[in-house]
Formats: sequence, structure tokens, C-alpha cells
Amino acid sequence: MSETALATRGLQKNFGSLVVANDINIELPRGARHALIGPNGAGKTTLLNMLTGMLRPDSGQILLGGADVTGLKPAARVKRGLVRTFQINTLFPKLCPLEAVALAICERERQSGNWWRSLPAYRDTLDEAYRILCSLQLGGDCTRETRELAYGQQRLLEISLALASKPGVLLLDEPAAGVPRNESSALFQAIAGLPAEITVLFIEHDMDIVFTFASRIIVLVGGRVLVEGTPTEIAADPRVREVYLGHGKHG
Amino acid sequence: MASESESGAAFSPRNFLASRTRWHALEIVFWLSTLLPFVLVPDYLQLASQIAIAALFAISLDLILGFAGIVSIGHAAYFGLGAYTAGIVSKYGVSEPVLLLVLAAIVSGTLGYVSSFIISRFRHLALIMITLGICLMLYEVANLTSWLTGGADGLQGIKIGPLLGTFKFDLYGKTAYAYALVVLFLCFLVCRRLIHSPFGLSLRGIRENPVRMPAIGAPSDAHIRKIYTIAAVIAGMAGAVLAQTTSTVSLEVLGFQRSADVLVMLILGGAGKLYGGILGSIVYMVARDQFSGINPQYWYFWIGLMMVLVVMYLPNGLLGGLEKLTRRWRGKS
Repeated sequence: MSETALATRGLQKNFGSLVVANDINIELPRGARHALIGPNGAGKTTLLNMLTGMLRPDSGQILLGGADVTGLKPAARVKRGLVRTFQINTLFPKLCPLEAVALAICERERQSGNWWRSLPAYRDTLDEAYRILCSLQLGGDCTRETRELAYGQQRLLEISLALASKPGVLLLDEPAAGVPRNESSALFQAIAGLPAEITVLFIEHDMDIVFTFASRIIVLVGGRVLVEGTPTEIAADPRVREVYLGHGKHG
Repeated sequence: MASESESGAAFSPRNFLASRTRWHALEIVFWLSTLLPFVLVPDYLQLASQIAIAALFAISLDLILGFAGIVSIGHAAYFGLGAYTAGIVSKYGVSEPVLLLVLAAIVSGTLGYVSSFIISRFRHLALIMITLGICLMLYEVANLTSWLTGGADGLQGIKIGPLLGTFKFDLYGKTAYAYALVVLFLCFLVCRRLIHSPFGLSLRGIRENPVRMPAIGAPSDAHIRKIYTIAAVIAGMAGAVLAQTTSTVSLEVLGFQRSADVLVMLILGGAGKLYGGILGSIVYMVARDQFSGINPQYWYFWIGLMMVLVVMYLPNGLLGGLEKLTRRWRGKS
């Protein structure tokens, strides 16, 4: 358990004079369930973008399984098992979920360069894609175009796509964002059902999800880690209550 | 929903996708009907071979634009290079059409591969400028090197031997159409395989969401370089067939008009479906032939009107409109 899956060392990023990441040091042990919370503009998504390589930090290091990946491109990090989902659905509107997930598996298995063999010939790939979709309750709709799916289903497809890349570390950017209450149970199940060996860091505003699934919570304020601790510690922390939880409504 | 998931027990993802790649009866009917001009309109075989060449060119553009979402308004660069390669080499003793075709494919493919390193790094508006720029440069190079290309006077002295040493290119265009049709069909078969492969799926992924691709570990740049090279090879072959069947090559093969025409044909017919480019080139070329007969001066007016109407009412092109119509018709019966 003590083995570190993902860590940052002194991560720093400025947009002009605006400091969006200030000496961020976090450490996720393998199999962790960490939540990243903080008010709007705290730099949560910026941190995620740096972790996944979509944004280059001004200084600092990102270590994946002990190896420095700070200079690697996003696709190369995915190949090493660092995978993310997006806060705003970033899907393939005119592909059906089966194709989309099969695409992700083909890329993982390096089958995507093959332009002569027919896709249906990749039986294992397709079976695996269908299995992933069924496990996230998308089996019945896996042949419809993605853009026709309900919003909640599209959120589930976000996670399906990430799982297809066989993540060692999974970064979920507000998985439940915009999902109506009555549709959120499938999403809760999906998060609860994530394999235990996957290390998970998730950004979330929904405190039900945070307190249900997180074993530790990192609070980010103004690009800086304000405090890190167990949900009980965080809920009781006066600084957190002040800047984030507002007027002590939670708890 | 419940019934769907119940039937899901028997659902086979493999069969579902295989049903999409299977040959449709209409496809077979279509390809058989391409033989009809030999019997029905033997006077129009020259036009028919022009259509087959345009269709091949349109398919090549479809691979990058329709499938991978890479915009190009300078695709004539590869077409023209293929035409000039076939024409120029034929002057120096290589007269076998198939050999010239292969040479043209290699030369165009090489340029395509080299330029793909720039292409793969840009999208949208930037691509319009880059593709157009490459084509303009090539046009002026051909214009400038008149000792080699004949410049504005066109290439003189093209000598195309009989096809496979047997079939001469006759005045009626019988050999020309047969040859253009065979090349079109073979290239189509390759493209059809390609779009149903994992690589083809990746291309559609790039078109649908270039932001997500790196997040699933996809080397989008490498995919784009590959398909751009393949498209250049096919465009070069289309150009070579034009040079061989007409025995002329002029600067027009590299002109902006040719790049624009192929784009119009593809969008008219419907991008991203392979058959869209073929249908578009048939409609466009026949319309041009007819309109210019009725009204030799202003026929582009009608082409323009057709373009506006199609884009307004049939966003997925003529083929997309036909598909919609048949779906509705099936739904009713």
C-alpha cells in the first residue's frame, strides 16, 4: 500500500501574473481514492491538465510510479497508464459507444495502425469493449450514436473510454458534473465499482460523492494545497469550512 | 430499455460491426452499372473516363477530409504531380501505362509524405492556407520549369504505349474508360478495406474529437501522416490516368480550379462515405457537360445554384439525402 503511484514535486504554473499552481506536492499511494476539492478557480483542472501533459508546468516534477514523466506527451502518459476523463464531455459524437471503446482498446493494444484487417476480425477487442460497456450499464445502447445518448449515459461513456485504456492511475474530472439526481445512481455505482488496484484522484463538487468515495481529501485554494486529510479531518477543519464549505453547513 | 438489455445477452458486437462492413446489394448493382456506358452511351466514353478519374480524385480527398477531418483546398498538388510525372517520364521511353501509374503514385506519395509532417500539426483555417500554399508553389514551379513541363503551353510529346502491351488507347475512349474504371475500382476496394479497419476507426476518431484522441493514447499525428500519404498516392494515380487517357498535361492539373472542383464534388455527393465522392463527380461532371451545352457562357451559375441548394437542404450531400429518403420510406412501409 505504501508504494507511490503518482506524485508531484514543487509543481508551479503561472498564467502571466496569475499563479494557478504554487508549489504543489501531492502523493497518491497505489489503490488510493483521493478527492481534490476547492472553490472555483482554485486550479483543480489546471493541476489535472499538468498531470496528464496537456499543460506544461513552469517548474516541478511529475512522477508516475517513481519515473519522471514531466516531459512526456499526453498520449505517452496514457500508454504508461495515466488516464483522465473530462469535466465537459469529450466524446466522439458520431461513433457509437461500441466503436468508441473499441477505438480506445485498439490504440492501447497498438492495433490502430492496421489498415488492412477488418475491425470485426478483432474479436477479443470487441468482446472487451462490450464487457466494459455492459459493466457501466451501456450495453443496451452501445450501438446508438453517442450524440443520441442521454447526458448521464455520456458521463458513463467518459469513464468507459478511460477504463478501456487500462489505467493504473485514473483522474476523474467532476464525473458527476451536471448529472441530475435521479440519474446519478448509475454513476455512483460506476465509481464504486472501479477496480481496487486502480489509483483514483477525482475532482468533485458533489460532497455526497466526495464523502462517500474518498479515503483522503486534498483541498486546493488559490493554486496551493491548503490542507490534506481524511474526510473527517477535512470536515472538521476550520480553514476549510471558512474558504470552501462556506458557513459550516456540512458536517 | 429492459427488452434491449435482455436481448443484449445474444448481442454480438462482432456481428453488429460485420453487418456494417458487408457488401450491400446496391453496391454490387452500382459497380455493375458502371459497365453500362460501353453499351448505352458509347459516344460518351471519354466523359465517362473523365468521371471515373474525378471520382478517384474525390475518393482520395474523402480519405483525408471525410474520414479524418483534414481540410484541403490544394489537393490538386498531388493530382498534378502525378499527371506530370506520368507525362514527363513517358517522353523518355517508359510508355507502359501501368508502370507510369506506379511511378506517379510513388512521386506523389513522396510529396504527400513530406508535406504530411506540416499538415499533421495544424487544423482548420491553417490547413486551408497550407494546402493551398503547397499547391500554388507547385503550380509556379511547373510554370517556371518550362524546359521540363512545357510551362503554359502544356507538356508536348507524351507517348503512351498500349495498355499491358496490348490495348491501344483508341479515339472512342473504350480503353481509356476501361482503364480508368479498373484503377478506380481497385483503389476503391483498398479504401473500402481501409475505412473498415482499426486504422479507419482511428481516423473517424480524429475527425470526431481530436482532443480526446491523445487522452486515449492515440498517436494522431502519425495516423494523419499515414492517411495523408495514402491520399496523395491515390490522387497521383488519378492524375496519371488523366495524363495517359488524354495524352495531355497542362498547368490546369495543378490549378486552384481543380482543387476547388474536387472539393465541390465531394461535398455535393456527401463526404465520409466513399460513394459520396463518386456520386458527386457523376452529378457534377454530367451537369457541367449538360449546362455548358445549354449555356456555354454562364453554366457556372447553375453549378453554383446546385451547391447552395444542396448545402442548405442536404447537409450530408446527395448521398446523405438518399439515405434519409430510403430510411423514411422503409419506416413507413
